[in-house]
Amino acid sequence: MELKEKLVSSFMAFENMVDIDSPIHDIRTEAIKNFETEGFPSKRQEAWKYTSLNSVLKHDYSVFPKHEKALEYSDVKRYFIHEIDTYKIVFIDGKYSSHLSQTTHDGIDVCLMSAALSKPKYRLIIENYFNKIAPKDGLSSLNTAFSAEGAYIHIPKNKLVTKPIQIVHFSTGNEAALMVQPRNLVVVDENSHVQIIERHQSLTDNPVLTNSVTEIFANKRAIVDYYKIQNDRESASLIDNTFINQKQESIAKVHTFSFGGKLTRNNLNFYQNGERLDSTMKGITIIGNKQHVDHNTLVHHIEPNCESHQDYKGIFNDSATGVFNGKVIVEKDAQKTNAFQANNNILISDKASINTKPQLEIFADDVKCSHGCTIGQLDESAMFYLRSRGIPEKEARALLMFAFSNNVLGSVKIPEIKSRITKIIASKLGVNIGFDL
Amino acid sequence: MSKYTEDDLREELKTKEYEYGFYTDIESETFPNGLNEDIVRAISKKKEEPEWMTEWRLEAFKVWKEMTEPEWANVQYEKPDFQAISYYSAPNSKPKYDSIDEVDPELLATFEKLGISLDEQKKLAGVAMDVVVDSVSVATTFKKTLAEKGIIFMSISEAIQEYPELVKKYIGTVVPQKDNFYAALNSAVFSDGSFCYIPKGVRCPMELSTYFRINQAGTGQFERTLVIADQGSYVSYLEGCTAPSRDENQLHAAVVELIALDDAEIKYSTVQNWYPGNAEGKGGVFNFVTKRGLCEKNAKISWTQVETGSAVTWKYPSCVLKGDNSVGEFYSIAVTNNYQQADTGTKMIHLGKNTKSTIISKGISAGKSQNSYRGLVQISSRADNARNFSQCDSLLMGNECGAHTFPYIEAKNKSAQIEHEATTSKIGEDQIFYCNQRGIDTEKAIALIVNGFSKEVLNKLPMEFAVEAQKLLEISLEGSVG
Repeated sequence: MELKEKLVSSFMAFENMVDIDSPIHDIRTEAIKNFETEGFPSKRQEAWKYTSLNSVLKHDYSVFPKHEKALEYSDVKRYFIHEIDTYKIVFIDGKYSSHLSQTTHDGIDVCLMSAALSKPKYRLIIENYFNKIAPKDGLSSLNTAFSAEGAYIHIPKNKLVTKPIQIVHFSTGNEAALMVQPRNLVVVDENSHVQIIERHQSLTDNPVLTNSVTEIFANKRAIVDYYKIQNDRESASLIDNTFINQKQESIAKVHTFSFGGKLTRNNLNFYQNGERLDSTMKGITIIGNKQHVDHNTLVHHIEPNCESHQDYKGIFNDSATGVFNGKVIVEKDAQKTNAFQANNNILISDKASINTKPQLEIFADDVKCSHGCTIGQLDESAMFYLRSRGIPEKEARALLMFAFSNNVLGSVKIPEIKSRITKIIASKLGVNIGFDL
Repeated sequence: MSKYTEDDLREELKTKEYEYGFYTDIESETFPNGLNEDIVRAISKKKEEPEWMTEWRLEAFKVWKEMTEPEWANVQYEKPDFQAISYYSAPNSKPKYDSIDEVDPELLATFEKLGISLDEQKKLAGVAMDVVVDSVSVATTFKKTLAEKGIIFMSISEAIQEYPELVKKYIGTVVPQKDNFYAALNSAVFSDGSFCYIPKGVRCPMELSTYFRINQAGTGQFERTLVIADQGSYVSYLEGCTAPSRDENQLHAAVVELIALDDAEIKYSTVQNWYPGNAEGKGGVFNFVTKRGLCEKNAKISWTQVETGSAVTWKYPSCVLKGDNSVGEFYSIAVTNNYQQADTGTKMIHLGKNTKSTIISKGISAGKSQNSYRGLVQISSRADNARNFSQCDSLLMGNECGAHTFPYIEAKNKSAQIEHEATTSKIGEDQIFYCNQRGIDTEKAIALIVNGFSKEVLNKLPMEFAVEAQKLLEISLEGSVG
């Protein structure tokens, strides 16, 4: 049976597990209808021109894992940013693990989507925010239809959340093939500040497909700092859909570090619904073998005096393929917009390829918009300089590549993440040197 | 050419029959509306084409029937009804007016600004021409010079008759019949166009221009151009003219194929200024053009275009850099005003080693217009050391227009070096103020700034064209500043 049919027919089984009387369920039923008509995206669609899901969709995924498996913290510690104290929301095969998690209701809500959807005290937030910015395309609709579990984070007014929040999804390989659809909601009210780290990790070589939707609302003057660490096994694929709605003077930053996975698609959308706000999206992609990473970003400048900054670096080895599709739309009223977009790539192997499409659609005249994109190699003279000072070729190459991707790390606010990413980069480049000299 | 004086011309004309008569008898011949196999056959028959050409057209027609109109371009328009068009109308050579006084004064004013001579004005406006300056005769002398060098330059219908083996060998090799909807349509019904062949090692001594073309009379709406530069040759080809054309045909679907064999160079310049519709966006020409060049070893193709006319433009002059060390260039200025829409750009397909391409695109949008750059740079896995530089700048005037950039960059080779940059800006108030201070009024100041903005491209045009094109930019943007 095709995955699409399987999913549509398993919706009935899903209905037995959730409260079908809640208003959320109307949203779900509408979404499944939407998915039935839209289906999975194909290469014929402009936004999916360079990414084919065929190889990912062919597995017979189990949609509701039957077994539960407990994990010991010591076994998975290394997948956490364990050097610092954090709140943790941990899921194992799509199911919440209270054992590994550390949630809170003390002034802020860092808890579960399932709880938020069912308990009356969250009703107002859910009504106001749930599924308000996720679009009606096939994949988002599919996630909406099966939305039951995920992270729920609500930071009320004037709170500075001192500890970062980690959202970690493990898949244990209990099922031959597993599909999970986490649904996250992050609402940050006026003047509040939060840092979130998200990671998906598969622990075996059984195929996993994650279709995740995250809705983030940054209200007036809120600061949201979001880090996505993607360093999964090559059996795991991730379709990450993140939608961010910003109100005036808010700052939202998303850093995406893509080092792993078989196929990774990041749909990252910023909607600027307020004046004088700032959106930043940055990413480092270092992949090899037959890995595929696709960054599809959108910044919708709707109101005046806003800024957006995009900076994506990619290094592609072996037969890896990379895609960058960045779109900036500046509406007629969004005067005085500053929008920058940069995408730089290095191909290391003859079989690697990169497709990039930085798009600008501008309807306002008093704006500063620019995009730049390059594909090139390491500077031979810089290589020579390093080699002539006794640095071996491999290390010299790694140093240059690290320097190439370093601007992105510059804006990372959590030092532990920075050093973790640095280590991953070193191992990806096959060298054993610390870059923080 | 320099030896040829007006006296010679007068002399020549005395001994020559006035050619006008030849055309008049086919003047009113128009086929019924609609398109089917019979019409395609009839067009072919009318032009006394050989069997293979008819078959070629029919093949294109069959493909076309299966195709649908492309919708991916960033333009909106009411689709033409392809069955409501007459696909063959003989060149209408009857003068529209008997004297220049009858011509629309607005049109004349534009001519004046462009600095077009009175005689040319008459010709362009469709006024009966004074026999002495008939450019047809001037063209005859050109033809002589060209013939001495072995250059073939004639209408494509003539070429099909006279050089069938050349046409047969090259037509459709760069733009195949089934390339796209409009190319297929053109292949089936093309009325006429030009054919140019430069023999080995010949440097064409003059700018070949459709403007002074030997067979000047109406090329119609489905024009087909085929330019072949044999090994080591060079040609510069000009198409269109700066004067506004009040063409009655709403739909134009032309195909241009350039073939640059080893070490050859083709420079193709276009100035397009078709009727853009009125200030409310009514009417205007739909310009759906397929232009592509093929570069063999060490060859170079350079496209330069100034696009100011047409209500809807859909045009991507491309280079297939097949041979090693070949070079492709694209220089473009696209100006849109009022309700005009332009979706234009280029494709650089790098197949050979050490291939280079440069793209400079300047878009200027004013009024309520939409201006898009859409380009593709593709580096195949065998194209070692390919190099591309692209720059797309947009200038916005007013806040009701739009400027869009859709660059596609696909690299499959690690030694590729690609740079792409795009900026969008407006004319700064400080710039205007600076000019105003120095006694330059705002409109002139804007023209000055626009000229500076597009200079990189204007410089690439042949000299005579460049001067006119500069003025053309000025006129196109007239009244766009409030």
